[in-house]
Amino acid sequence: MTARQRDENPAGIHLPLDPLPGHSSRGRLERVLRRGEFAVTTELNPPDSADPEDVYNRAKIFDGWVDAINAVDASGANCHMSSVGICALLTRMGYAPIMQIACRDKNRIAIQGDVLGGAAMGVANMLCLTGDGVQAGDQPGAKPVFDLDSMSLLETVRIMRDNGKFLSGRKLTTPPQVFLGAAVNPFAPPFDFRPIHLGKKIAAGAQFVQTQYCFDVPMFRTFMQKARDLGHTEKVFVLCGVGPLASAKTAKWIRSNVPGIHIPDAIIKRLEGAQDQKKEGKQLCIDIINEVKEIPGISGIHVMAYRQEEYVAEIVDESGVLKGRQPWKREIRRDDQMVADRLDHILHDEITETQVDMVKTAH
Amino acid sequence: MSETNPAVTQATLVKKAAPKSDYKPADVSPQRRVQRSFAVRLWSIRHSRLLEWFYSRFADMFLLLHPLWRGIGYGRVEAPIKFVEKRVKGFMFDCRMCGQCILSSTGMSCPMNCPKQLRNGPCGGVRANGNCEVEPDMPCVWVKAWEGSQNMVNSDKILAVQKPVDQSLRETSAWLRVTAQAAAAREAAAAPKTGAAA
Repeated sequence: MTARQRDENPAGIHLPLDPLPGHSSRGRLERVLRRGEFAVTTELNPPDSADPEDVYNRAKIFDGWVDAINAVDASGANCHMSSVGICALLTRMGYAPIMQIACRDKNRIAIQGDVLGGAAMGVANMLCLTGDGVQAGDQPGAKPVFDLDSMSLLETVRIMRDNGKFLSGRKLTTPPQVFLGAAVNPFAPPFDFRPIHLGKKIAAGAQFVQTQYCFDVPMFRTFMQKARDLGHTEKVFVLCGVGPLASAKTAKWIRSNVPGIHIPDAIIKRLEGAQDQKKEGKQLCIDIINEVKEIPGISGIHVMAYRQEEYVAEIVDESGVLKGRQPWKREIRRDDQMVADRLDHILHDEITETQVDMVKTAH
Repeated sequence: MSETNPAVTQATLVKKAAPKSDYKPADVSPQRRVQRSFAVRLWSIRHSRLLEWFYSRFADMFLLLHPLWRGIGYGRVEAPIKFVEKRVKGFMFDCRMCGQCILSSTGMSCPMNCPKQLRNGPCGGVRANGNCEVEPDMPCVWVKAWEGSQNMVNSDKILAVQKPVDQSLRETSAWLRVTAQAAAAREAAAAPKTGAAA
């Protein structure tokens, strides 16, 4: 039962993997992508609490179905547990988190510190984002920082990793070994600039990109065609963002309230026509996955199922993108299991054990 | 500026709602800024090619005047030049005086007018109509920048990855800085042995 899983450090699940040539990080996601396997990532809904169990429970439902988990940095400018905190908890448990860094809340001094701190905790993947404007969130009175933008943030982390220096030029004794990610949104204007913009992100240091929710496959196909023509897909792993829509009503709400998400009318019509809208939303997501996985240059999917996290496993399973592969799964170690069983026995079973009894049963 | 625009914009509503005495950190929190018309800014972007041509002549002229600036002292001309630069560029581009002008790389659309002050391209939140996510009635600075850059001769300058803003250069003259740098580079090229004088 305790056979070692493929991407796991034998000395402990929380430890970084052995460095491989050509790899810039010591994480699982980069290994999966560089092996050419179809990667699946997802997003953890950050809790509004100080209880680590909340994070563990939310991560547990993805067990064995995803290669990496995004730890969001106050997405939509709503306040939640910080991405650094979530990453600290997840790395302890051996998960492969993708630490999101948004430029909205921190200046370059704080960000560079967090990059070092994250890398020290074993975070192998970092996703550099601009971040939503503060007006989108629950605290619109906050001061928007935006000291860096996603591009200069990418470059900053790349300089820290490759040159071993802070932006100021001061030396690092141990540079962070991270796999750098960025976000792209092919579904917002200016459309003809977007593929070129992706090229800029690659130049700044992006090694993988996750896209915004894809509901318009033809539009995405055009984008990918252009990206391929520019030669970008050879330099970057593209993970297409997908997710289930709960109902036609939610879809309409998202369309008019969440910036940057494009949902065509046909999608809403299809949802409206369905008996069970939630089920149809899931099916729609699977259909989109099946279409995008065939697009050349796609290396994986990023499943964002906000408040429907329990469907991620089903979606990944039914779409069959893993082709029978099982991503790393957290397993309880034998000794931990023994302690847990023993505690359970002592606490819940109606027995009183004395040392004399224990010696007797041992013989 | 004052076009006949009867439609009540989001910005007007914000302006009406906020008490007049409220402290408005004009250069810190661009979201708070209230602007009624983008007509001049958009004109500049439409005529980016003309302005590009004009600016290159203008920069040459400034460089020719380098002995004059050096004679008076760059430190001393800074104040009057900044005064003019701020007003001229403020009128034409809604300049925010970041002090490190990249207008010729951004299609004559000032990136500091972006509420997120993005200098490397649009964010993912651009509305379907090409307007800003944060200020719904403002055309996205980067949608316009892309349009403007495509009119220009050096249309590929938009591809350069820009460094983060050096906040210590705010409220200083970019014209003089560019001139001083160009002069220093010219001198360094002319006489590689003798170090460039300031």
